[in-house]
Amino acid sequence: MKMKKLYYDVKKCLGCKSCEIACAVAHSKSETLFSAIREEVLSLPRKKVLHHKDKNYPVSCRHCKDPICVDACMAAALVYDKEKGMVFHDESRCVGCWMCVMVCPYGAIRPNVKTKIPLRCDKCQDKDEPSCVKACPTGAILWQEEIELPAAVKGQSPSGTVPCKE
Amino acid sequence: MSDSKQKSIDLATQEILKKAQAENIKTAWDRLESQEPQCGFGQLGLCCTVCDMGPCRIDPFGEGASVGVCGANADTIAARNLVRKVAVGASAHSDHGRDVAHTLSLLSEGHTHDYGISDIEKLKDLAQEFGIDINKTKEEITKALSKKLLEEFGRQEGELVFLKRAPKKRQAIWKKLNIAPRGIDREIVELLHTTTMGVDNDYKNLVNTGLRCALSDGWGGSMVATDLQDVILGAPVPIRGKVNLGVLKENYVNIVVHGHEPILSEMAVKASKDPELIKLAKGVGAEGINLAGICCTANEVLMRHGIPVAGNFLQQELAIITGAVEVMIVDVQCIMPALAEVATCFHTKLITTNPKARFPGVNHIEFKPENAYEVAKQIIKSGIENFTKRNKERVNIPKQEMDLVAGFTKEIIFQILGGKYRATYKPLNEAIISGRLRGLAGVVGCNNPKQTHDYFHTTLVKELIKNDVLVLQTGCSAIACAKHGLLIPEAAKEYAGRGLQEICEAVGIPPVLHLGSCVDNSRILTAASYIIKEGGLGEDLSDIPAAGCAPEWMSEKAITIGFYFVASGVYTVFGASPFATLGSKNLTDYLTKDLESIVGGRFEFCAEPMQMAKIMIEHIDKKRQALKLKPVMYQ
Repeated sequence: MKMKKLYYDVKKCLGCKSCEIACAVAHSKSETLFSAIREEVLSLPRKKVLHHKDKNYPVSCRHCKDPICVDACMAAALVYDKEKGMVFHDESRCVGCWMCVMVCPYGAIRPNVKTKIPLRCDKCQDKDEPSCVKACPTGAILWQEEIELPAAVKGQSPSGTVPCKE
Repeated sequence: MSDSKQKSIDLATQEILKKAQAENIKTAWDRLESQEPQCGFGQLGLCCTVCDMGPCRIDPFGEGASVGVCGANADTIAARNLVRKVAVGASAHSDHGRDVAHTLSLLSEGHTHDYGISDIEKLKDLAQEFGIDINKTKEEITKALSKKLLEEFGRQEGELVFLKRAPKKRQAIWKKLNIAPRGIDREIVELLHTTTMGVDNDYKNLVNTGLRCALSDGWGGSMVATDLQDVILGAPVPIRGKVNLGVLKENYVNIVVHGHEPILSEMAVKASKDPELIKLAKGVGAEGINLAGICCTANEVLMRHGIPVAGNFLQQELAIITGAVEVMIVDVQCIMPALAEVATCFHTKLITTNPKARFPGVNHIEFKPENAYEVAKQIIKSGIENFTKRNKERVNIPKQEMDLVAGFTKEIIFQILGGKYRATYKPLNEAIISGRLRGLAGVVGCNNPKQTHDYFHTTLVKELIKNDVLVLQTGCSAIACAKHGLLIPEAAKEYAGRGLQEICEAVGIPPVLHLGSCVDNSRILTAASYIIKEGGLGEDLSDIPAAGCAPEWMSEKAITIGFYFVASGVYTVFGASPFATLGSKNLTDYLTKDLESIVGGRFEFCAEPMQMAKIMIEHIDKKRQALKLKPVMYQ
């Protein structure tokens, strides 16, 4: 079976940041909005909506097949799991050197300066689908099996994937 | 949420929701589903659209923006958003009051002959409050009173006259805090002014301005509406009625009135009894004309005429989906825009009547007090004509209907307890003092599809009366409890605690008293003032062992009611979801903690009915202890 991945239809993204809130809530202790904002250590979103020219881009780890961050990790806290198609982050091994943050071509890894370790999308492993997908009011975030892209496009993208419709 | 039992505990509602699903007609519950998940910034009150430098959002997780472009922080943004809703709620009630005052003015000038003075005693009482010589003729008193009342709206200085109804101590608190409203319209305008870009940035001051505005509704606009409606249309007296979708009749022309203002619906009641129209109805094969109501217009015509209630807020679409409604006449407030679409699925004619509330593509027959009866007749005639277009195969009227007793007012409580000639609140006060009655609870407000329909209202009220708390109700909350058989005297035996049971049996009242529509929450304020005047339960409204709540609220008006209850010293709990203020801890703490030491009342948010009953009872007990009353008689 092909792995499911997050894709973005950026034409539909209104920049409402609902995905950011949903992500922070999903990674909080209580997993409910009203309680999450009162937790001692506040949960932070793994996803950020960035704005460029006329478009909004929800950005989070793409779990590249050839992940540069894994190579860059000196503490071996990052591992690419081929079967799951995911970069795993072992927080207990992480030393907070920010190398992964620096090498990521998408700027998708976010430093959490309070906990001194980076934040990375885990595709909401414990849920049936990532929380950001459910939270998106316009359907701009897609959760679907990987699509083979034309070779010409492939060459332009370091990870082999680009947003499906841009 | 496809399971209809999850949506409502009311069997009639469940039955029609199944019909809606089978016929692919969307209702509020379906539309809620397509709105989910709802915006987190909105739920927390952290989105500001006040000016065009925005829209701005504050990051509730503290990492992103902590202030908007102008520099407003979460406290300011959430407080401004909240009190703007208070202004809107107050404007709805008070504008309703203005229209009633205007009707009084028209009839005093002889411009309408469809209305008269139905309660001369109450007219004189009001006139006295406004310093009018009651030895003048009825016409002169009416003219002078309508002028004085309309002046309350435009008043610029001083204080609203009705504030004098409150205990002295309460009036002093308002004065000290500078929250005694000066004029009904002025407080709304001033509150809106303070919330615009770059004016009031202090969340505490914003809340205080909100309290003053809300007081201008509770002790102003709403009180004008209630009292003048009693003067013009007659003060309610206890009356039997029926409730739920089962009141629609298969062989009759069914006319449903929906909205809030009883001035037109009163004429619809009269027209539905017009022999000429009944003859016309029989001519098209119907057995007669059946008038029923939804929401607060229903409560108004129920209180005064015993007109059956077809349902509460969430049943407005369902009434049409029964397929048996010829005409739905709507005025203002709580009328879902979706009705227009639902009505097109059936023969039902939706008719708007108020120039303030129009729907694109919907038939509009404008109502004015000057031509009231003619308009009512015209609308009912169109309903009769429409009866022949009803598709009998698509009619499905649920069987559920329940008896109820309504028509309780502050004046009636006097009479029931003391008898007409020695009217008094003494027995009520003594019941609380002796501990036979634990205290009082006002349970009011709307429906909200986020809550299982009617579940919160009924579960909470059952628990309160079980603990000897006499429950006073208005609005859609009263309709919810009525449907579940709590508004009949027999309910005391089945659900009430022993103390409350004894009182209900002695006086012959239900354990849950229906005081009318949502503007009639003002009746609760005056009743509470009478309780203090009677003596033995403290010197201020905040001393009474009482609590208020809005379990399934949704409307801005509910927030305003909450604000004037709290400003009057009442502990007030909101169910469904909390106010959109949680994004600001300071503001939320101010509302739920600090306010108590300032105004004597405070807010609380609680999402579970048994828990809500528990905290309300705890508060009542706390007040009993403060008054050093005996323990409750039957624990």
